[in-house]
Amino acid sequence: MFKTFIVGILLGVAVAAAALHYFPAVNQSREQSLIIVHPNRGNSETFHVNIPMDRVMTGAPSQKEPLPVGLEWPVDPRFADTRAELFKIRNGKDAVVGVASRIAANDVSSGEIVEWVLHLPARGSAYVIMQAEPLEDGYRTGNLAAGTREFSPLVGRVSEQWVADTSGAEDAPVGRIELTTAFVARKVEEE
Amino acid sequence: MKYLISLVVGMVVGAAAFLALLYYNPMTSQNKLSPLSVSDNKVITYNYSAVATDALVFTNDGKSTVAPYPSKVQQLWEPTVRLTDTMATVLRDSRNQPVAIGIKFSSRSESTRILNGEAIIDSAWHIYAPGQGSLFVEQRENYWGYLREIVVPAYRSSGDSWRGNWNGIITSGPGALGTARVIGGSGEFADLETDGVESLSAKAYSVKHGPVAVDGTLAVELPAPISDPTPDP
Repeated sequence: MFKTFIVGILLGVAVAAAALHYFPAVNQSREQSLIIVHPNRGNSETFHVNIPMDRVMTGAPSQKEPLPVGLEWPVDPRFADTRAELFKIRNGKDAVVGVASRIAANDVSSGEIVEWVLHLPARGSAYVIMQAEPLEDGYRTGNLAAGTREFSPLVGRVSEQWVADTSGAEDAPVGRIELTTAFVARKVEEE
Repeated sequence: MKYLISLVVGMVVGAAAFLALLYYNPMTSQNKLSPLSVSDNKVITYNYSAVATDALVFTNDGKSTVAPYPSKVQQLWEPTVRLTDTMATVLRDSRNQPVAIGIKFSSRSESTRILNGEAIIDSAWHIYAPGQGSLFVEQRENYWGYLREIVVPAYRSSGDSWRGNWNGIITSGPGALGTARVIGGSGEFADLETDGVESLSAKAYSVKHGPVAVDGTLAVELPAPISDPTPDP
Protein backbone atom coordinates (compact mmCIF):
# COMPACT_ATOMS: atom_id res chain seq x y z
CA MET A 1 0.00 0.00 0.00
CA PHE A 2 2.91 2.34 0.74
CA LYS A 3 4.30 1.63 -2.74
CA THR A 4 0.91 2.59 -4.22
CA PHE A 5 1.00 5.83 -2.24
CA ILE A 6 4.49 6.65 -3.63
CA VAL A 7 3.28 5.86 -7.17
CA GLY A 8 0.32 8.15 -6.50
CA ILE A 9 2.63 11.00 -5.49
CA LEU A 10 4.70 10.62 -8.65
CA LEU A 11 1.52 10.41 -10.71
CA GLY A 12 0.16 13.54 -9.00
CA VAL A 13 3.35 15.47 -9.81
CA ALA A 14 3.21 14.30 -13.43
CA VAL A 15 -0.48 15.14 -13.85
CA ALA A 16 -0.06 18.61 -12.29
CA ALA A 17 2.96 19.37 -14.49
CA ALA A 18 1.21 18.10 -17.61
CA ALA A 19 -1.95 20.07 -16.85
CA LEU A 20 0.01 23.31 -16.36
CA HIS A 21 2.00 22.65 -19.52
CA TYR A 22 -0.79 21.65 -21.89
CA PHE A 23 -3.81 23.62 -20.67
CA PRO A 24 -3.48 27.33 -21.43
CA ALA A 25 -3.84 29.57 -18.39
CA VAL A 26 -5.25 32.30 -20.63
CA ASN A 27 -7.35 31.84 -23.73
CA GLN A 28 -8.27 35.07 -25.48
CA SER A 29 -11.51 35.06 -27.44
CA ARG A 30 -11.04 35.83 -31.12
CA GLU A 31 -13.11 37.24 -33.93
CA GLN A 32 -12.29 36.48 -37.52
CA SER A 33 -9.98 39.09 -39.09
CA LEU A 34 -11.96 40.60 -41.98
CA ILE A 35 -9.17 41.66 -44.31
CA ILE A 36 -10.00 42.62 -47.89
CA VAL A 37 -7.38 41.96 -50.54
CA HIS A 38 -7.55 44.55 -53.33
CA PRO A 39 -6.35 43.78 -56.85
CA ASN A 40 -2.87 45.32 -57.11
CA ARG A 41 -3.54 47.59 -54.14
CA GLY A 42 -2.49 45.55 -51.13
CA ASN A 43 -5.07 44.80 -48.45
CA SER A 44 -7.19 46.70 -46.01
CA GLU A 45 -9.15 46.10 -42.83
CA THR A 46 -11.87 48.35 -41.52
CA PHE A 47 -12.72 48.97 -37.88
CA HIS A 48 -15.38 51.30 -36.59
CA VAL A 49 -16.64 52.96 -33.43
CA ASN A 50 -20.38 53.41 -33.03
CA ILE A 51 -21.13 56.80 -31.49
CA PRO A 52 -22.27 57.22 -28.77
CA MET A 53 -22.57 53.61 -27.58
CA ASP A 54 -18.89 52.66 -27.95
CA ARG A 55 -17.54 55.76 -26.28
CA VAL A 56 -15.99 54.82 -22.91
CA MET A 57 -14.40 58.13 -21.95
CA THR A 58 -14.19 61.66 -23.23
CA GLY A 59 -11.57 63.52 -21.28
CA ALA A 60 -11.49 67.22 -22.02
CA PRO A 61 -11.58 70.39 -19.94
CA SER A 62 -14.82 72.19 -19.01
CA GLN A 63 -17.29 69.52 -20.13
CA LYS A 64 -20.90 70.10 -19.13
CA GLU A 65 -21.65 66.38 -19.11
CA PRO A 66 -18.44 64.43 -18.55
CA LEU A 67 -18.24 60.89 -19.85
CA PRO A 68 -18.31 58.70 -17.87
CA VAL A 69 -20.44 60.43 -15.25
CA GLY A 70 -18.15 61.24 -12.34
CA LEU A 71 -15.03 61.77 -14.43
CA GLU A 72 -12.88 64.52 -12.91
CA TRP A 73 -10.61 65.84 -15.63
CA PRO A 74 -7.50 67.56 -14.21
CA VAL A 75 -7.94 71.32 -13.93
CA ASP A 76 -4.23 71.97 -14.51
CA PRO A 77 -3.95 74.54 -17.35
CA ARG A 78 -1.33 72.44 -19.12
CA PHE A 79 -4.11 70.00 -20.08
CA ALA A 80 -6.35 72.77 -21.43
CA ASP A 81 -5.74 71.80 -25.08
CA THR A 82 -5.78 68.04 -24.53
CA ARG A 83 -8.63 65.76 -25.45
CA ALA A 84 -8.27 62.07 -24.63
CA GLU A 85 -10.92 59.56 -25.62
CA LEU A 86 -11.45 55.86 -25.08
CA PHE A 87 -13.58 53.69 -27.33
CA LYS A 88 -14.52 50.13 -28.00
CA ILE A 89 -13.69 49.23 -31.59
CA ARG A 90 -15.64 46.89 -33.83
CA ASN A 91 -14.83 44.87 -36.92
CA GLY A 92 -16.79 44.72 -40.20
CA LYS A 93 -19.34 42.36 -38.61
CA ASP A 94 -20.07 44.93 -35.88
CA ALA A 95 -18.46 42.73 -33.20
CA VAL A 96 -16.31 44.38 -30.54
CA VAL A 97 -12.70 43.30 -31.13
CA GLY A 98 -10.74 45.71 -28.97
CA VAL A 99 -10.38 49.08 -27.31
CA ALA A 100 -8.75 52.23 -28.59
CA SER A 101 -7.50 55.56 -27.35
CA ARG A 102 -7.50 58.78 -29.34
CA ILE A 103 -5.53 61.79 -28.17
CA ALA A 104 -5.93 65.16 -29.85
CA ALA A 105 -3.84 67.99 -28.49
CA ASN A 106 -2.07 71.19 -29.30
CA ASP A 107 1.06 72.63 -27.69
CA VAL A 108 4.20 74.55 -28.54
CA SER A 109 6.43 71.46 -28.57
CA SER A 110 4.31 69.08 -30.63
CA GLY A 111 2.01 71.45 -32.52
CA GLU A 112 -1.38 69.98 -33.27
CA ILE A 113 -1.48 66.20 -32.94
CA VAL A 114 -4.03 63.46 -33.43
CA GLU A 115 -3.02 59.94 -32.43
CA TRP A 116 -4.66 56.57 -32.03
CA VAL A 117 -3.67 53.41 -30.21
CA LEU A 118 -5.74 50.42 -31.29
CA HIS A 119 -5.48 47.57 -28.80
CA LEU A 120 -6.80 44.21 -29.96
CA PRO A 121 -6.10 41.79 -27.07
CA ALA A 122 -5.77 38.68 -29.22
CA ARG A 123 -3.68 40.37 -31.91
CA GLY A 124 -1.61 43.25 -30.53
CA SER A 125 -1.57 47.03 -30.55
CA ALA A 126 -1.09 49.60 -33.29
CA TYR A 127 0.18 53.14 -32.69
CA VAL A 128 -1.05 55.45 -35.40
CA ILE A 129 -0.03 59.08 -35.89
CA MET A 130 -2.56 61.01 -37.96
CA GLN A 131 -2.17 64.20 -39.91
CA ALA A 132 -3.59 66.98 -37.78
CA GLU A 133 -5.44 68.66 -40.65
CA PRO A 134 -8.25 66.63 -42.23
CA LEU A 135 -8.38 66.37 -46.03
CA GLU A 136 -11.03 68.24 -47.99
CA ASP A 137 -13.38 65.27 -48.25
CA GLY A 138 -13.47 64.82 -44.47
CA TYR A 139 -10.83 62.09 -44.25
CA ARG A 140 -7.84 62.26 -41.97
CA THR A 141 -4.95 59.99 -42.85
CA GLY A 142 -1.99 58.78 -40.87
CA ASN A 143 0.79 56.24 -40.59
CA LEU A 144 1.38 53.20 -38.46
CA ALA A 145 4.25 54.41 -36.26
CA ALA A 146 4.68 51.20 -34.27
CA GLY A 147 2.96 47.91 -33.67
CA THR A 148 3.15 45.02 -31.28
CA ARG A 149 2.80 41.27 -31.89
CA GLU A 150 0.75 40.83 -35.11
CA PHE A 151 1.25 44.50 -36.05
CA SER A 152 4.97 44.49 -35.25
CA PRO A 153 6.31 43.62 -38.72
CA LEU A 154 3.86 45.88 -40.54
CA VAL A 155 3.97 49.36 -42.04
CA GLY A 156 1.18 51.25 -43.72
CA ARG A 157 -1.50 53.85 -43.58
CA VAL A 158 -4.71 54.43 -41.67
CA SER A 159 -7.60 56.70 -42.55
CA GLU A 160 -10.18 58.10 -40.14
CA GLN A 161 -13.58 59.30 -41.25
CA TRP A 162 -16.80 60.33 -39.58
CA VAL A 163 -19.80 58.61 -41.21
CA ALA A 164 -23.19 59.93 -40.13
CA ASP A 165 -26.00 57.39 -39.82
CA THR A 166 -28.65 57.67 -42.50
CA SER A 167 -30.68 54.57 -41.68
CA GLY A 168 -33.16 56.44 -39.50
CA ALA A 169 -33.58 53.33 -37.32
CA GLU A 170 -34.63 53.98 -33.72
CA ASP A 171 -31.70 52.22 -32.06
CA ALA A 172 -29.16 53.27 -34.68
CA PRO A 173 -26.05 55.16 -33.62
CA VAL A 174 -25.69 58.84 -34.47
CA GLY A 175 -22.84 57.83 -36.69
CA ARG A 176 -19.54 56.06 -36.64
CA ILE A 177 -15.86 56.74 -36.77
CA GLU A 178 -14.47 54.52 -39.49
CA LEU A 179 -10.82 53.50 -39.34
CA THR A 180 -9.45 51.81 -42.44
CA THR A 181 -6.02 50.26 -42.17
CA ALA A 182 -3.85 49.38 -45.16
CA PHE A 183 -0.85 47.50 -43.82
CA VAL A 184 1.84 45.47 -45.56
CA ALA A 185 4.86 43.64 -44.20
CA ARG A 186 7.90 45.90 -43.74
CA LYS A 187 9.97 43.54 -45.92
CA VAL A 188 7.53 43.85 -48.85
CA GLU A 189 7.56 47.64 -48.51
CA GLU A 190 11.36 47.74 -48.62
CA GLU A 191 11.50 45.61 -51.76
CA MET B 1 -10.22 -0.44 -2.44
CA LYS B 2 -7.54 0.63 0.03
CA TYR B 3 -5.02 0.65 -2.83
CA LEU B 4 -7.24 2.97 -4.84
CA ILE B 5 -7.65 5.31 -1.86
CA SER B 6 -3.90 5.19 -1.30
CA LEU B 7 -3.27 6.06 -4.98
CA VAL B 8 -5.75 8.96 -4.94
CA VAL B 9 -4.35 10.37 -1.68
CA GLY B 10 -0.85 10.00 -3.11
CA MET B 11 -1.88 11.90 -6.26
CA VAL B 12 -3.37 14.73 -4.21
CA VAL B 13 -0.23 14.93 -2.06
CA GLY B 14 1.98 14.83 -5.19
CA ALA B 15 0.03 17.58 -6.96
CA ALA B 16 0.03 19.73 -3.82
CA ALA B 17 3.77 19.22 -3.35
CA PHE B 18 4.38 20.17 -6.96
CA LEU B 19 2.32 23.35 -6.67
CA ALA B 20 4.07 24.24 -3.40
CA LEU B 21 7.43 23.76 -5.14
CA LEU B 22 6.31 26.10 -7.92
CA TYR B 23 5.08 28.68 -5.44
CA TYR B 24 8.21 28.68 -3.30
CA ASN B 25 10.66 28.24 -6.19
CA PRO B 26 13.42 30.82 -5.52
CA MET B 27 14.47 30.66 -9.18
CA THR B 28 11.33 32.57 -10.18
CA SER B 29 11.79 35.54 -7.86
CA GLN B 30 11.04 39.01 -9.22
CA ASN B 31 13.81 41.21 -10.59
CA LYS B 32 14.25 44.16 -8.23
CA LEU B 33 17.01 46.01 -10.09
CA SER B 34 16.08 48.13 -13.08
CA PRO B 35 18.27 47.65 -16.17
CA LEU B 36 18.06 51.45 -16.57
CA SER B 37 19.78 52.01 -13.21
CA VAL B 38 23.15 51.43 -14.87
CA SER B 39 22.42 53.70 -17.82
CA ASP B 40 24.48 56.85 -18.34
CA ASN B 41 21.61 58.44 -20.23
CA LYS B 42 18.94 60.71 -18.84
CA VAL B 43 15.95 58.81 -17.48
CA ILE B 44 12.56 60.45 -17.12
CA THR B 45 10.04 58.98 -14.73
CA TYR B 46 6.28 59.10 -14.74
CA ASN B 47 4.60 58.21 -11.45
CA TYR B 48 0.99 57.18 -10.96
CA SER B 49 -1.24 55.56 -8.41
CA ALA B 50 -2.18 52.00 -9.38
CA VAL B 51 -5.34 52.21 -7.26
CA ALA B 52 -8.40 52.26 -9.53
CA THR B 53 -10.19 55.02 -7.62
CA ASP B 54 -7.18 57.33 -8.06
CA ALA B 55 -7.36 57.03 -11.86
CA LEU B 56 -9.41 59.25 -14.14
CA VAL B 57 -11.07 56.13 -15.50
CA PHE B 58 -10.54 52.44 -14.84
CA THR B 59 -12.61 49.78 -16.52
CA ASN B 60 -12.64 46.03 -16.95
CA ASP B 61 -15.23 43.25 -17.30
CA GLY B 62 -16.96 44.40 -14.11
CA LYS B 63 -16.58 41.01 -12.44
CA SER B 64 -12.96 41.28 -11.33
CA THR B 65 -11.76 42.11 -7.83
CA VAL B 66 -11.05 45.70 -8.83
CA ALA B 67 -14.30 47.50 -9.56
CA PRO B 68 -14.52 49.91 -12.53
CA TYR B 69 -14.20 53.59 -11.69
CA PRO B 70 -16.23 55.83 -11.88
CA SER B 71 -18.97 53.32 -11.18
CA LYS B 72 -20.98 54.27 -14.28
CA VAL B 73 -18.12 53.78 -16.73
CA GLN B 74 -18.85 51.40 -19.58
CA GLN B 75 -17.55 47.90 -18.84
CA LEU B 76 -15.53 45.69 -21.17
CA TRP B 77 -17.83 42.68 -20.99
CA GLU B 78 -17.59 41.50 -24.61
CA PRO B 79 -15.73 38.16 -24.99
CA THR B 80 -12.84 39.68 -26.95
CA VAL B 81 -12.09 42.36 -24.35
CA ARG B 82 -13.20 40.79 -21.08
CA LEU B 83 -9.60 39.86 -20.16
CA THR B 84 -8.50 43.45 -20.66
CA ASP B 85 -8.21 46.34 -18.20
CA THR B 86 -8.08 49.93 -19.40
CA MET B 87 -6.94 52.85 -17.29
CA ALA B 88 -6.61 56.55 -17.99
CA THR B 89 -4.63 58.42 -15.40
CA VAL B 90 -2.60 61.52 -14.66
CA LEU B 91 1.14 60.86 -14.69
CA ARG B 92 3.33 62.89 -12.32
CA ASP B 93 6.99 63.74 -12.39
CA SER B 94 9.48 63.17 -9.55
CA ARG B 95 8.27 66.42 -7.89
CA ASN B 96 4.70 65.10 -7.91
CA GLN B 97 3.58 67.63 -10.52
CA PRO B 98 1.06 66.43 -13.11
CA VAL B 99 2.92 66.28 -16.43
CA ALA B 100 1.08 63.85 -18.67
CA ILE B 101 -2.06 61.93 -19.42
CA GLY B 102 -1.43 58.20 -19.69
CA ILE B 103 -3.76 55.54 -21.02
CA LYS B 104 -2.84 51.94 -20.31
CA PHE B 105 -4.29 48.83 -21.92
CA SER B 106 -3.48 45.59 -20.09
CA SER B 107 -4.53 42.21 -21.45
CA ARG B 108 -3.89 38.83 -19.91
CA SER B 109 -1.43 37.10 -22.20
CA GLU B 110 -1.61 33.68 -23.76
CA SER B 111 2.15 33.44 -23.21
CA THR B 112 1.49 32.98 -19.46
CA ARG B 113 3.43 29.94 -18.23
CA ILE B 114 2.78 29.13 -14.57
CA LEU B 115 5.41 26.38 -14.79
CA ASN B 116 8.07 29.01 -15.51
CA GLY B 117 6.77 31.51 -12.97
CA GLU B 118 5.36 33.76 -15.68
CA ALA B 119 1.98 35.44 -15.13
CA ILE B 120 2.14 37.64 -18.19
CA ILE B 121 0.20 40.76 -19.10
CA ASP B 122 0.62 42.33 -22.54
CA SER B 123 0.28 46.04 -22.08
CA ALA B 124 0.53 49.25 -24.05
CA TRP B 125 0.76 52.83 -22.78
CA HIS B 126 -0.39 55.83 -24.81
CA ILE B 127 1.11 58.91 -23.17
CA TYR B 128 0.80 62.58 -23.96
CA ALA B 129 2.89 65.09 -22.01
CA PRO B 130 2.00 68.69 -22.93
CA GLY B 131 5.16 70.60 -23.80
CA GLN B 132 7.13 67.39 -24.27
CA GLY B 133 5.34 65.14 -26.72
CA SER B 134 3.71 61.75 -27.02
CA LEU B 135 4.94 58.24 -26.39
CA PHE B 136 3.84 54.70 -27.06
CA VAL B 137 5.15 52.02 -24.71
CA GLU B 138 4.88 48.33 -25.49
CA GLN B 139 5.68 45.88 -22.77
CA ARG B 140 5.29 42.38 -21.47
CA GLU B 141 4.73 42.42 -17.72
CA ASN B 142 5.28 39.55 -15.33
CA TYR B 143 3.06 39.67 -12.25
CA TRP B 144 4.26 36.39 -10.74
CA GLY B 145 6.20 38.08 -7.93
CA TYR B 146 3.27 40.42 -7.23
CA LEU B 147 0.85 37.47 -7.07
CA ARG B 148 3.17 35.36 -4.96
CA GLU B 149 4.25 38.00 -2.48
CA ILE B 150 1.12 40.14 -2.19
CA VAL B 151 -2.06 38.62 -3.60
CA VAL B 152 -1.70 35.05 -2.30
CA PRO B 153 -0.57 36.18 1.20
CA ALA B 154 -3.60 38.52 1.27
CA TYR B 155 -5.93 35.57 0.56
CA ARG B 156 -4.16 33.48 3.20
CA SER B 157 -4.37 36.25 5.78
CA SER B 158 -7.20 36.06 8.31
CA GLY B 159 -7.88 39.75 7.69
CA ASP B 160 -8.18 39.19 3.94
CA SER B 161 -5.54 41.82 3.35
CA TRP B 162 -1.81 42.34 2.97
CA ARG B 163 0.32 45.15 4.38
CA GLY B 164 4.02 45.64 3.95
CA ASN B 165 6.61 47.09 1.62
CA TRP B 166 7.05 45.48 -1.76
CA ASN B 167 8.98 46.91 -4.66
CA GLY B 168 9.35 45.08 -7.93
CA ILE B 169 10.03 45.52 -11.61
CA ILE B 170 7.06 44.22 -13.56
CA THR B 171 8.40 44.83 -17.06
CA SER B 172 9.90 41.64 -18.47
CA GLY B 173 10.13 42.41 -22.17
CA PRO B 174 10.16 42.57 -25.13
CA GLY B 175 13.68 44.06 -24.86
CA ALA B 176 16.61 41.68 -24.47
CA LEU B 177 17.37 43.05 -20.99
CA GLY B 178 13.75 42.77 -19.93
CA THR B 179 12.91 46.34 -20.91
CA ALA B 180 9.85 47.82 -22.57
CA ARG B 181 9.98 49.23 -26.11
CA VAL B 182 9.28 52.97 -26.19
CA ILE B 183 8.38 54.80 -29.39
CA GLY B 184 8.18 58.59 -29.56
CA GLY B 185 5.39 60.17 -31.52
CA SER B 186 5.65 63.94 -31.40
CA GLY B 187 7.43 66.95 -29.91
CA GLU B 188 10.74 66.26 -28.18
CA PHE B 189 10.02 62.56 -28.43
CA ALA B 190 9.46 62.45 -32.20
CA ASP B 191 11.36 59.57 -33.86
CA LEU B 192 12.56 58.35 -30.46
CA GLU B 193 13.08 54.62 -30.05
CA THR B 194 14.31 53.63 -26.64
CA ASP B 195 13.78 51.46 -23.56
CA GLY B 196 11.55 51.76 -20.55
CA VAL B 197 10.90 49.95 -17.29
CA GLU B 198 7.77 49.92 -15.15
CA SER B 199 7.85 49.09 -11.49
CA LEU B 200 5.35 48.84 -8.66
CA SER B 201 5.66 49.84 -5.04
CA ALA B 202 2.96 48.23 -2.90
CA LYS B 203 2.04 48.94 0.69
CA ALA B 204 -1.47 47.51 1.05
CA TYR B 205 -3.73 45.08 -0.80
CA SER B 206 -7.24 43.97 0.00
CA VAL B 207 -8.93 40.77 -1.20
CA LYS B 208 -12.20 42.67 -1.50
CA HIS B 209 -10.98 45.82 -3.29
CA GLY B 210 -7.64 44.86 -4.86
CA PRO B 211 -4.74 47.33 -4.62
CA VAL B 212 -5.29 49.80 -1.75
CA ALA B 213 -1.90 51.54 -1.66
CA VAL B 214 0.11 50.74 -4.76
CA ASP B 215 2.14 53.22 -6.80
CA GLY B 216 3.57 52.67 -10.24
CA THR B 217 6.59 54.23 -11.91
CA LEU B 218 7.34 54.20 -15.60
CA ALA B 219 10.96 55.08 -16.35
CA VAL B 220 11.96 55.99 -19.90
CA GLU B 221 15.56 56.27 -21.00
CA LEU B 222 16.34 59.26 -23.22
CA PRO B 223 19.39 58.52 -25.35
CA ALA B 224 21.97 61.29 -25.41
CA PRO B 225 22.00 63.21 -28.69
CA ILE B 226 24.73 62.04 -31.04
CA SER B 227 27.33 64.80 -31.11
CA ASP B 228 29.67 65.42 -34.04
CA PRO B 229 33.15 64.14 -33.34
CA THR B 230 35.64 66.89 -32.58
CA PRO B 231 37.99 67.20 -35.57
CA ASP B 232 41.69 66.64 -34.94
CA PRO B 233 43.62 69.90 -34.69
